[in-house]
Amino acid sequence: MKRAGFSTKWLPILLLLPQLLIIAIFFYWPALHAVTSSFYLQDPFGFGQTFVGLENYTHLAASVEYLKVAKFTVLFTVLVTFFSLALALLFAVKADKVLRGAKTYRTLLMWVYAVAPPVAGFIGLLMFNQTWGPLSELFKFFGWDFTLGVNYFDTAFAMTVVSVWKQVPVNFIFFLSGLQSIPRSVREAALLDNRSGTRRFWDITFPLLAPTGFFLLITNITYSLFETFGVIDTINKGEPGNNPMTLVYKVFVDGFRGNDLGGSSAQSVILMILVLALTVFQFRLIERRIHYT
Amino acid sequence: MAQVSLDSVRKIYPNGAEAVTPSSFHIEDGEFVVLVGPSGCGKSTLLRMIAGLEDITEGTLSIGERIVNDVDPADRDIAMVFQNYALYPHMSVRKNIAYGLKNRKTPNDVIAAKVAEASAMLNLDDYLDRKPSQLSGGQRQRVAMGRAIVRDPALFLFDEPLSNLDAKLRNQMRIEIKALQRRLGVTSIYVTHDQVEAMTMADRIIVLNGGRIEQIGTPSEIYHNPASTFVASFMGAPPMNLVAGELSDGILSFAGLDVPMTVDHRGPVTLGLRPEDLFIDAKGPIAMEVDLVEELGAHRLLHGRVDGQQLTVHLAKEITAKSGPLRLSCDPSHLCLFHPDTGKRMDARHKGALQAPLNTTVESDA
Ligand SMILES: Nc1ncnc2c1ncn2[C@@H]1O[C@H](COP(=O)(O)OP(=O)(O)OP(=O)(O)O)[C@@H](O)[C@H]1O
Ligand SMILES: [Mg+2]
Repeated sequence: MKRAGFSTKWLPILLLLPQLLIIAIFFYWPALHAVTSSFYLQDPFGFGQTFVGLENYTHLAASVEYLKVAKFTVLFTVLVTFFSLALALLFAVKADKVLRGAKTYRTLLMWVYAVAPPVAGFIGLLMFNQTWGPLSELFKFFGWDFTLGVNYFDTAFAMTVVSVWKQVPVNFIFFLSGLQSIPRSVREAALLDNRSGTRRFWDITFPLLAPTGFFLLITNITYSLFETFGVIDTINKGEPGNNPMTLVYKVFVDGFRGNDLGGSSAQSVILMILVLALTVFQFRLIERRIHYT
Repeated sequence: MAQVSLDSVRKIYPNGAEAVTPSSFHIEDGEFVVLVGPSGCGKSTLLRMIAGLEDITEGTLSIGERIVNDVDPADRDIAMVFQNYALYPHMSVRKNIAYGLKNRKTPNDVIAAKVAEASAMLNLDDYLDRKPSQLSGGQRQRVAMGRAIVRDPALFLFDEPLSNLDAKLRNQMRIEIKALQRRLGVTSIYVTHDQVEAMTMADRIIVLNGGRIEQIGTPSEIYHNPASTFVASFMGAPPMNLVAGELSDGILSFAGLDVPMTVDHRGPVTLGLRPEDLFIDAKGPIAMEVDLVEELGAHRLLHGRVDGQQLTVHLAKEITAKSGPLRLSCDPSHLCLFHPDTGKRMDARHKGALQAPLNTTVESDA
């Protein structure tokens, strides 16, 4: 058989060029720019810059506020990832029992995913509105005086709930199709081998869902770290003050609100390293241990 | 080890389809019973009801002394081998085999001993630490068998366990499974649509058609005394010739052949003739026009027409034949008569039969 190929090597490069150009302009160039400007101190009014070496980084390491935000980010990421995955898995297992193959229901359960993050944040604001939000009312009923945007804990709670709510549907869909792709006969063999439904779930179903679960773990960590920006921005209304925020949001606040481009760039570089580490972790550590059928 | 009894067991699926009409049969301790029938006739449904994977709509099922209609599949003391083996893909062969024992709180040393015994019996020793995806089809089949036998169940259930294997391996595994069952003496129910498997493996065969039991009998009974034209045409390769004949005054006539019969029936009948009961005879009464000679090595098959009806003749390998006209004779002792409309067997005992009385189990429906 004849392999399809190009006669010169310039044609493929020409065809790839637009894509490469986009990646270079919108990804590599800003990344490079962030790295260089993280070594400079920018004049807040735009009159030149001074080379300061690693000062932006040491400054961050010593900053109490930065550490506080970092701690919150870790906690927020763990909570959002855990609850998004756990709730989605629970719903998927329940749904799988009743709707083998019923696609309309799946689509209905999916719709929350189509809500844009700022809109989700806005709906969250309504739900948690201090005077008339249904959730605030509910909490008040139980004696919890919920004050969104004022109390640090309450605001963090609302951010987490809205972020989880936004992410559950997509996880649900993945888990559900993962469950439905487990051969029926394998489940039936387990049914004959083990009477306990819980044990069957942990021995058979869960390991067979591991590839899906692992993929979702990585995407959910990424989601919690980066894509919750819209939700957080809506709840903080651009002026976090004393309110909780994540590292990504702090990059924005320091860079665009505080005009500290050097410090903000240093923070971006730290996040880039974090993403890099996460990716390495994904490919090296876990993927090898997970059974792919 | 146990007996199995079905009493008017029926299955209606939630969509209203009646997959199994009320069926009753009894399986003796240690018996190897094969459920056979065409695709969609309800074999799997019946087997899955026995396994507890499918609810029983009506009727009672007992395994041993126990009525098990509402017993959990894991508590029925059964083991099942699935068509696609249904091995746990993330577990090694050893863990696959041991899983059912571990959940029954078997001590670890007993599990190890049983796994070792089963793996030796099934030649799996070299593969115990592999994952199922690293095995060939035949090896996976063996693992599935191993998973079933370590449990020492009262009942083995097989749902077309060999249909994913190639012909050579299928023949080999067929013999192995049968020998294993003999050795272990475990009551077994085996589902297949392959009539060769049914004939060679079964102590008794249950022939199903459209959710109904057509006939229950030993392979020889099923072959020589089919209860209906359906069984006659389903069992045997090539199947029994079914041709239209005429009965009048106790004489059956078909294409120049006249056989005295003891049947109080007049008019048209369906006549069943096994291909091996026909033979070439220059002075024979039947004139056949041969269209095709099928060479099968050990024997030959002649396909042709008699009186415009299709007929197949089995020839021993030393007898040759060519296409064209030919005269045949027939050994009438195995001849079967069926009702032309219902296809049910009519009393087919003919005068001068040398054999023991035919067919006591089948009701005549003349
Ligand atoms: N879950 C179900 N819901 C509704 N009808 C079903 C279901 N499963 C099977 N059937 C129907 O019941 C009948 C018997 O099916 P079954 O699977 O028992 O056939 P089978 O004899 O095992 O066939 P095969 O040889 O193809 O495996 C078929 O007509 C099938 O369409
Ligand atoms: Mg079947």
